[in-house]
Order: sequence, then C-alpha cells, then structure tokens
Amino acid sequence: MTAPVVEFQRVSKSYFRGEQEIPVLKDFSLSVPPGRFLAIMGPSGSGKTTILNLVAGLDRPTQGTIRAAGLTVSQQGESDLARWRARHIGFVFQFYNLIPVLTAAENVELPLLLSTLTRQERATHVRAALGLVGLKDRIDHYPRQLSGGQEQRVGIARAIVSDPTILLADEPTGNLDRSAAEAVMALLTKLHRELNKTILMVTHDPRTADYAQETLHFDKGTVASS
Amino acid sequence: MKLLLAYSLRNVWVRSSTAALTIAGLALVSLILLAVLMLGNGLNRALIESGSPDNVLLLRKGATTEIASGIYRDQAHIVRTLADIAQTSGGEPLAIPELVVLISLAKNGTDTLANVVVRGTRPDAFILRPQVRLSQGRPWQPGTTEIVIGAQIATRFLRDGIGSHLRIGKREWLVVGIAEAQGTAFESEIWGDVDQLMSAYGRDSYSSLTLRLSSSSAFQSIDDAIAADTRLLLQVKRERDYYRDKSMTMATFIRLLGFTFTFIFAVGAVLGGTMTMYGAVASRTREIGMLRALGFQPHQILSALLFESLTLGALAGLLAIGGGTALQFVTLSTMNFSTFSELAFRLTLTPASALSTMGFALGISMIGGIPPAIRAARLSVAAALRAPGR
Ligand SMILES: Nc1ncnc2c1ncn2[C@@H]1O[C@H](COP(=O)(O)OP(=O)(O)OP(=O)(O)O)[C@@H](O)[C@H]1O
Ligand SMILES: [Mg+2]
Repeated sequence: MTAPVVEFQRVSKSYFRGEQEIPVLKDFSLSVPPGRFLAIMGPSGSGKTTILNLVAGLDRPTQGTIRAAGLTVSQQGESDLARWRARHIGFVFQFYNLIPVLTAAENVELPLLLSTLTRQERATHVRAALGLVGLKDRIDHYPRQLSGGQEQRVGIARAIVSDPTILLADEPTGNLDRSAAEAVMALLTKLHRELNKTILMVTHDPRTADYAQETLHFDKGTVASS
Repeated sequence: MKLLLAYSLRNVWVRSSTAALTIAGLALVSLILLAVLMLGNGLNRALIESGSPDNVLLLRKGATTEIASGIYRDQAHIVRTLADIAQTSGGEPLAIPELVVLISLAKNGTDTLANVVVRGTRPDAFILRPQVRLSQGRPWQPGTTEIVIGAQIATRFLRDGIGSHLRIGKREWLVVGIAEAQGTAFESEIWGDVDQLMSAYGRDSYSSLTLRLSSSSAFQSIDDAIAADTRLLLQVKRERDYYRDKSMTMATFIRLLGFTFTFIFAVGAVLGGTMTMYGAVASRTREIGMLRALGFQPHQILSALLFESLTLGALAGLLAIGGGTALQFVTLSTMNFSTFSELAFRLTLTPASALSTMGFALGISMIGGIPPAIRAARLSVAAALRAPGR
C-alpha cells in the first residue's frame, strides 16, 4: 500500500474566544491515498473549511499530527510552510479570490512568481493552464470582464499552474449556477483522471459531491464515509 | 518582480479617488516644505550671495553695517595704494569707496513708505560686482545726477522706469538705467555717482570701501596691512561673511517658522496616508489572505504595500515640485532688519530643495504606510480568508 498523501492522526482543534473554548475537531483521523478525489460534506460550522486550512498549514491543530505531501505540517515554521505551500498546495476558493487589478493571465502567473521559472517559462505554463480550463482567448481579460464560471476556471488554472501535489477546493461551485457548476466539476474530474491530482473538495451540494470518488460526511466530529 | 509592481501601481490607480485625496494632502504638505526651502534659497541669494568670494568690505572699527560706518577720504586713498588689490583694465586698483544712505519711497500707487538703499559709487562697481548688469538704459555719467535703479525698485516703486525723476538729498535725480542682479540684494538698491551723492547730503566721508583681492589667498596680507597702519582703524571682512552675518537672524527666524508649520502639517499628512493605507488593507484582507495561502511570505506582502504608499508619496512629491516651479515667479519683500531697508527676493527652486522635497514626500508616505503594511503582513491567513472583501 502506498503512503497516504494526507494524513490526520487524532487531531483536535478548538478555537478560543477569551476563556471560552469552541471545539471544532475532536480526535479526528483521516487518511487520503495519492490520486484520491475526496468530497467533504457537512452542515455549516461543522469544521470543513478548518480541515482544509489544517492540511495547508494555514491553521494549527490544538492536538495531534498532520502530514501532507511528505511534510509534517503541524510542526513546521511559518516561512518553511509558505515555501512548501507554493510547491505542493493548490487552492480553489468559493469566491474565486482573483485579484481584480490583474488580468486572467497575471492572476494565474502569481504562484509561479514563487518558483525559479524564467519569464518565458512562466508565460508558457500560464498559457497551458488557461488552455486546460478552456480560457485561452481570455488571457488579457480582467476578472470583472468574466462570468462567475469563467472566473472560477481562472481560479482553477491558478491552482494547478504550479503543478501542486494536492488541490484543496472550498465550495468551488458554491457561487455558480447549475451549468457553470457542471463545467467546473467536469474540469476537476478531468484534472483528477488525466493528471492524477489528489483533490480535497468541500461542498454543500450532493450533486457536486457525486463527482468525487468518495464522500466524507461530517457532523460535529463524527464521520461517516460513503 | 514586475508583476508585483504592476499590482501595487494598479491598486493605486483603481482607488484613484481616495488615492487622489491622499496624494493631494501629501503634495500640499510637501509644497509647504518646498516653499520654506525656496524661501531660504531666495534669502540666501539676496543676502549671502550678494557678496562675491574675492571681494572684501572695509568698515570703520565697531560698525556692523555700511549705514553706521564711515571712512575718510584720506583713509580711502591709503587703502587704494595697498598691494594685493586686483586692477582694472585701465591699471587702476579695483577698490571703490562708497556712500550708502537710506531714503523713503512710496510703493507703487500707495502711500506706504519703505526705506530704500541708495549707493553712491563709481561705474567700476559693475566690474566689482559682476552679478549686477544693466538690463535697460545706460550707466550714469560720472559727475552728473543720473542714477541706475535695481529691477526690484523699478517694479515696486518706480514703475515709470527710465526717464522718471527722483528726489534724493537736496537734488533731483534722473533714472537712466535699470539693473538686474540675479536675485541679490543689489536689485533693491539705487546706484549713482558717489561725489554727487556726497555733496547732495553735505558729507565729506564715505560709508565703506569694497575691494577685489588680487587672489583669494591675499586676504590675510590685506588684513595685516590694514591692522598695522594706525591711521586706518578699519575692520576687514570678506563681503560674503558680512552679508551672512547680516542675514543670520532673519534667515533663522523664517526657517524656524516654516519648519514648525511643515511639521504640524506633516503630522496630519502622515495620519491621512495611514488612514488611506489602512483602508486599502482592510478592503483587501481576503486578497492578502489568498496571497499568503499561495505561499507568499509576509515580507513580500509588506513590500508590495509599502511600494504602494511610496507610489502615493512619489506622485505627491512630483506635484509639489511642479507647484514649486510655479512658485519661482513669486517675489516676496521683507524688511532687512539690519538696515531697515526694503529687500525683495524671489522664491528660488534648486535641485537640492527639489530632492529634499521628494525625499520628504517619500518619507512621510513611508511612515504612513508602515503600520497598515505590518498589520497586513501579520494577519492570520485563515482569518483573512474568511473576511468579507472585494
Ligand atoms: N478564527 C476563528 N475563531 C473562532 N471560531 C472560529 C474561527 N474560525 C472558525 N471558527 C468556528 O469554527 C467552526 C468551524 O468553522 P468552519 O469554517 O471550518 O466551518 P465550515 O464547516 O466550513 O462551515 P461553512 O459550511 O459555513 O463554511 C465554526 O463554528 C466557526 O464559527
Ligand atoms: Mg467553510
């Protein structure tokens, strides 16, 4: 059996508001093999976003160990984590989080600024990524000149342009109508099938979750897979 | 990182209305500073640079101004025979005894009187002080009651210029020329024949004597020669030192006042810049969280935001320097405290004052930008990603 690409070992996470403790995860364990497309479902406030943040090292567990893409995330310093994220993690956000003052191509280029690629190489990668999401003709468009679905596809291009090990998607279709959502999901499925990406996707929508190989049902720390 | 620079610049552009307000505020403060510097430059011109490096001024011992000084005719004769004095093309020593008096003149179209310096001298004075040049008309004929007036006198007191008459002492004088003097104090003077002026005032002694050294290093030997001659009882000063001492009090006063003003306004501008950048950071919290999530380091975010506020500062600095260019056409007048005569000077823009102003604008925009940039760099990424935003 190959080593898991994401692994939670008895992880607990609480937020503290002054004295008051808000427990979110309790003794939570999870193991995701490479190349898995996993959907995470659950009611609002159950801790889905928190899981993604923990995987990426944007947040730290109160207890337990988290390993991802070969690194013990829960024990790293901030700047090591940032470097590691730039190499191994791609993010897709519900609200796209494109920078409005940059063009589609420039938005996609952002993660590559952290690599050692030359200008030409970056341009090639950007064109390839935008080609993959079907937006080659929108390179010079600004986010406000794009539809929501197109913006999210730019967001996906940005997430994959540096060829990360793990894609983290938080409600990638949460802001889209049905047909745009289907296009985005078809794209994620393609990335999973053809590029063998490991994908962790949070969603509210069962139809979106159906695209994944496996769904984690999440409710107040208790988990049921299907 | 061209892309990050583009990011900062375009953010300034997108927020152009708030950015414009901030820039305007910063520019105003910088312009105030620049005006103070230009004022200082102008005063320097008018006072210190009135003196030429190789010129030496002789006054009676104990006198601090030309007005209060006196030099007898025979003393002047002795001085003119000393060695180490430069010579005119005619072989005469370039050492001119002068009489300086004050008269009251009414400013153009008003009853307001102001004191004006009248200098009785010789035509060689134009050689002794090469910065003084005739811009119109001709020099006075020696032995006549003709006068040449400084450009500032022409614009402020005698608008009729050449051909107008003026009463000085007990005589009627005719204006035959107008002189420019590169913004120095001589532009606020009236020059005429020294002997005519002496008899108009019934005097038989001069006020001062100015001479040109044959070489700059000759100062000491002239000084020694004059000190050694018991008939002379004169003090020897480099012309520049004389004007510098005269202007010290006033220049210090004006600078102090100006810098106080600048400081007060600068505090306001820094606060304004800080508010603008805080606003920029607040409205972009989620975007900053996203950049951190992509793997950008806090210091990279910090630099991008600092660069953004420096851009505001640079634009403001340019505006202020543009404003300063326009201010060059402003002429101010003040009482010259040591002679109680009217002194006009131009606000003067120099490369150094333009540079200082740019540095100042960048500096205060930087100070204003640092706290918000630090806040942005320190944001918790997870919290920033949850923030509402654009
Ligand atoms: N910085 C924080 N401080 C305090 N509590 C927090 C913080 N971040 C998250 N929480 C709390 O942790 C819990 C889990 O949040 P999380 O965002 O992971 O939920 P979620 O499952 O993603 O919800 P949603 O479906 O609404 O996005 C919530 O109760 C939330 O209020
Ligand atoms: Mg969430």
